[in-house]
Amino acid sequence: MNYSEKVMDHFNNPRNMGEIPDADGIGLVGNPICGDVMKIMIKVNKETEVIEDIKFKTFGCGAAIATSSMVTEMIKGKGIKLDDALKISNKQVANALDGLPPQKLHCSVLAEDGLRAAIEDYRKKNKKTN
Amino acid sequence: MTNRIYLDHSATTYVAEEVYEAMLPFLKTSFGNPSSLHWFGRETRKSAENAREKVANVISAKPNEIYFTSGGTEADNTAIRGIAYANQSKGNHIITSKIEHLAVINTCQHLEKKGFKVTYLPVDEYGIVDLEVLKNSITDKTILITIMHGNNEVGTIEPIEEIGKIAKEKGIYFHTDAVQTFGKIPIDVDKMNVDLMSISAHKIYGPKGIGALYIRKGIKIEPLLFGGHHEMNKRAGTENVPGIIGLGKASELAKKDIENDIYKNIKELRDYLQKGITDKIKYVYVNGHPERRLPNILNMCFEFIEGESIILRLDGKGICVSSGSACTSGSLEPSHVLLAMGIDPAISQGSVRFSLGKRNTKQEMDEVLSILPDIIITLREMSPFSIEMPFPEGSGPRERHKL
Repeated sequence: MNYSEKVMDHFNNPRNMGEIPDADGIGLVGNPICGDVMKIMIKVNKETEVIEDIKFKTFGCGAAIATSSMVTEMIKGKGIKLDDALKISNKQVANALDGLPPQKLHCSVLAEDGLRAAIEDYRKKNKKTN
Repeated sequence: MTNRIYLDHSATTYVAEEVYEAMLPFLKTSFGNPSSLHWFGRETRKSAENAREKVANVISAKPNEIYFTSGGTEADNTAIRGIAYANQSKGNHIITSKIEHLAVINTCQHLEKKGFKVTYLPVDEYGIVDLEVLKNSITDKTILITIMHGNNEVGTIEPIEEIGKIAKEKGIYFHTDAVQTFGKIPIDVDKMNVDLMSISAHKIYGPKGIGALYIRKGIKIEPLLFGGHHEMNKRAGTENVPGIIGLGKASELAKKDIENDIYKNIKELRDYLQKGITDKIKYVYVNGHPERRLPNILNMCFEFIEGESIILRLDGKGICVSSGSACTSGSLEPSHVLLAMGIDPAISQGSVRFSLGKRNTKQEMDEVLSILPDIIITLREMSPFSIEMPFPEGSGPRERHKL
């Protein structure tokens, strides 16, 4: 298994790991039986729809932890609105990590799914349609 | 990092100094093809036959019952396919277990596609095959029973003597994959009624790329490799002389190790490590039989976290181990061994295997015990799961595996 330096950095020093107790949206994706579960939590400014805080918790391998860390780093403090966050793709996450081994690409897909699920959860709670 | 602690001896071992020294002349000056009639050939032929005898001595076999292969996988393939194709007219049923090495399981699955019928015996929570199911599975079409001696993942030692007895009574060939037990615990092919046995050098401080298959005298197999008349027409191909010398030397040393009971010391270290981990860390489960277990293997599940992440963090601190998690197996499936033992699939994703070797020390165990708990704490802090938020369906196995 050859992980890039960026992947190992995010794995050893994950960004934005933790809980948001009063999160506005929570996305829980994956399956422990498959060995990958990600929980993405967001705080959203209701007027501007900017994601003001984002945290993750992950049960999974090096790539799983790194991709969930990276996807939060791509959002945190960047003034990104919900609609723009939905445009983040797994390819962007993988590229930001200088690539992933082929059998680990699905982890980046899960990170994208986790972010989407958190945004959908927020939208559901705030009764807005996409 | 210069001071690494290697705890993955069931994956592979270092080459012992004496083995290396024994092999070196055969990589330099003694390069003859053992089949050549001239001086160079006679020299290497003599040395190879000498090595063959050393391998045979470990299991109380005769030298002409030992056939050199490229390793354990080839030995397994040769034994199973060899017996299957040689006995097609007598029957087409093979009995194996659910916890075999993939070299056995995938060979059996291949044979199923070719029209053979295979029964995969269930195991109990410790990984021991069910002898009653074995007896009831035997039909008049059964031509082979293949059950491993010691499991590579959890270390459980199967009741080979009892299985051999059953096989002999029913007149069925019995093969055992002894890759993890050869040279570690006493083996006697006659006492165990074993007909074929797979052996690998790189698990007993020998080189990679060489192994052997024991075939009881008089038993015919269809060869895997066709070509020259090597290995009594059972395995074509110019002999890997340096490898053979290495396997011979490693076998000779292993026989002495068993006589000197060095695995008693290794078992003590393993037990010390196991107790240290279970004392310091909660929600850990030891996999495998409590007594009938290889002395150097410790397989544990750490609940709420995943195996590869544990291995990577340990590697970052210079500690080398392996895992049965899906992420490390190359497939997306958790360990088939742990699943067959009834372990919750989510819990099985948190498995780690420590396998000790001859050079490991108590100091190294203490080092591991000082580093591992913090890694588990950190990964558990990162996990969405905990005792308050457990895996969706995971209460049964936790009770069963309480220490």
